Amino acid sequence: MKDPKDTRVVVGMSGGVDSSVAALMLKEQGYDVVGIFMKNWDDTDENGVCTATEDYEDVIRVCNQLDIPYYAVNFEKQYWDKVFTYFLDEYKKGRTPNPDVMCNKEIKFKAFMDHAMSLGADYLATGHYAQVRENDGVYEMLRGVDHNKDQTYFLNQLSQDVLAKVMFPLGHLEKKEVRAIAEKHDLATAKKKDSTGICFIGERNFKEFLSEYLPAQPGNMETLDGEVKGRHDGLMYYTLGQRQGLGIGGAGDPWFVVGKNVEDNVLYVGQGFHHDALYSDGLIASEANWTKAETPTEPFECTAKFRYRQEDSGVTVYPLENGRWKVMFHEPERAITPGQAVVFYNGEVCLGGATIDVVLKEDAAVNYVG
Amino acid sequence: MKSIYMDHAATTPVHPDVVDAMVPVYKETFGNPSSVHQFGRKARRYLDQARRKVAESLKANEKEIVFTSGGTEADNLAVIGTARANAGKGKHIITTSIEHHATLHAVEYLESQGFEVTYLPVNEEGLVAIEDVKAALREDTILVSIMMVNNETGSIQPISQVGELLRDHQAYFHSDIVQAYGLMSLDVTTLPVDLLAVSGHKINGPKGIGFLYIREGVQIESLQYGGEQERKRRAGTENTPAVKGLQTAVEIMEAERMTYKEKYLHYKQLFIRTLEEKEVTFEVNGSEEFTVESIVNISFPDMNVETLLTNFDLSGIAASSGSACTAGSIEPSHVLTAMFGPGHPKTTNSIRFSFGLANNEEDIIEAATRVSQIIKRLT
Repeated sequence: MKDPKDTRVVVGMSGGVDSSVAALMLKEQGYDVVGIFMKNWDDTDENGVCTATEDYEDVIRVCNQLDIPYYAVNFEKQYWDKVFTYFLDEYKKGRTPNPDVMCNKEIKFKAFMDHAMSLGADYLATGHYAQVRENDGVYEMLRGVDHNKDQTYFLNQLSQDVLAKVMFPLGHLEKKEVRAIAEKHDLATAKKKDSTGICFIGERNFKEFLSEYLPAQPGNMETLDGEVKGRHDGLMYYTLGQRQGLGIGGAGDPWFVVGKNVEDNVLYVGQGFHHDALYSDGLIASEANWTKAETPTEPFECTAKFRYRQEDSGVTVYPLENGRWKVMFHEPERAITPGQAVVFYNGEVCLGGATIDVVLKEDAAVNYVG
Repeated sequence: MKSIYMDHAATTPVHPDVVDAMVPVYKETFGNPSSVHQFGRKARRYLDQARRKVAESLKANEKEIVFTSGGTEADNLAVIGTARANAGKGKHIITTSIEHHATLHAVEYLESQGFEVTYLPVNEEGLVAIEDVKAALREDTILVSIMMVNNETGSIQPISQVGELLRDHQAYFHSDIVQAYGLMSLDVTTLPVDLLAVSGHKINGPKGIGFLYIREGVQIESLQYGGEQERKRRAGTENTPAVKGLQTAVEIMEAERMTYKEKYLHYKQLFIRTLEEKEVTFEVNGSEEFTVESIVNISFPDMNVETLLTNFDLSGIAASSGSACTAGSIEPSHVLTAMFGPGHPKTTNSIRFSFGLANNEEDIIEAATRVSQIIKRLT
């Protein structure tokens, strides 16, 4: 292991408090820290103003406080090709993509990692809430100590090669400790609000944003029995299990989205949070990544998350042919959504993850979820 | 690791004599030059001396010099000020696609105000063709603005020829000479120009000061509203210490110009030769014949500007390229785009190195060595 002062760490800085504190901690540990801001999306308006400007200003102010060099790098093209195109394609298929998972896989820990390495970096650090542990040359990714903030769900596609070169300086901290450190050091971003939503949409209205890129095709809202309950604005605007925005009145329990039929452009709705159609007992996934180098060849039990900030559930994972995986739930799960990630854990260790393709009920594919 | 400054076209180190000349003005002469008392008169004396010195450097009359906050303000004043004052004679302006943004954004503003602008192209060497100026010229053209030396490539534009062409035309001729002034001896008694913009900090003077030469008789409107300083052409209390600093920088420049020219040319050649010796693959952008001594723009095939500049800086070498957007990432250079076309690899793999007082032979060789190591590592 090299001395920290001879170890160059490139920190991906967004202008937020987390990456600011990540840079601060590495600097205090004596590393040769370089701050780099990624510009992945051009949202310059007609007045030449883009939100990235303010964020980069914050990066500059923090880096000057820490006395580390700062630079920017432009990955707009790569982001468009690898993340945004995927994002739109998934919606076109009636699925619900996870651009953050894709961004981590293709941009932050690939294009940006390559850039960092081209600058002579030994490591790439980010402000993610996750941890890396090494045992005899094997790297494991662990949940962040702050389970409420844990971001391993989004990092499930990181491989051994990447984990070997990654640092997550915030992994052992609670979010409130991170804020406290920022305030103690009077960092320029100490009081900055956390960003919400998907990075390229930002604070804008999701529906409006999507309609700029995909034609909305309104259609019928029906029960699974074919009773028309109203009109929908376009399937892409709805996700499974959603209650808001359906506009179906009347007596009884509230209405929920229980499925989509892309072919006939029908949105299926059902009454009650626990509507039977929302529950399933397994799924089939593909595009799996296993954070340890070996791919499992035998069935195994572990826990899994099907969406961010959800409690783990017990599952059994069965390898299938052609890189597909069957995941059987120990208890029925609600609103499993094709396009989202299923992420596997063994205790605190994140084993990897895959993309949900098919939802299973009584061992048969549920055909009404898209 | 030693830092090596190769970005003199961005700004230059202030000459120590300039600092020495400014300090007493700060310490002893705080008066307002417009005041009707001895404190004011003392300050005003500095202004008069500097104005005379600066005018002499161009063989101009001192009444033809307006001090500004720098090159940008001088360009803005020249372009917008003459356009506004002469709108009655026509609304057509000619400039080039390789001007500094101080000019380009000023004419873009004028376009939004109803003026019509022709942007002349340049050839692959970054040079404007006199025929293109001729072809673009119209009866209602009121202003032609062409820089003397391009700040990114160092290309020297045919200013005398353009001036000759315009002798019998109503259009005023403005030239941004920010990059030229330090190395080229200019004489407005023979050079057919009407306006010239200069910046102090590009010639080892202080920042925040520059001037505009305005040939006597040129109709121009002030862009600032306030007091009647600079014969009503530039409102605002004069920056007396900086004016003194500018004067000193001009004096040094005039005494040393020939030495600087030789020295910087030597640095440029040494830099290129060393890169060749290290067997780096590169191409020099621009004209070999018509390029200023202090600037070289080099394309490194298959490289990327952001990666190069970051690596250079991390190894102590300060250079630059195009312009950074407000979010820090580097946009393809508009100058190289004009030369090679949109999307050409050279617009995103070229670096400007510019030489000056901060350099010596040893540093140049060291810089070329570090550059070659980086290029090899990235290849």
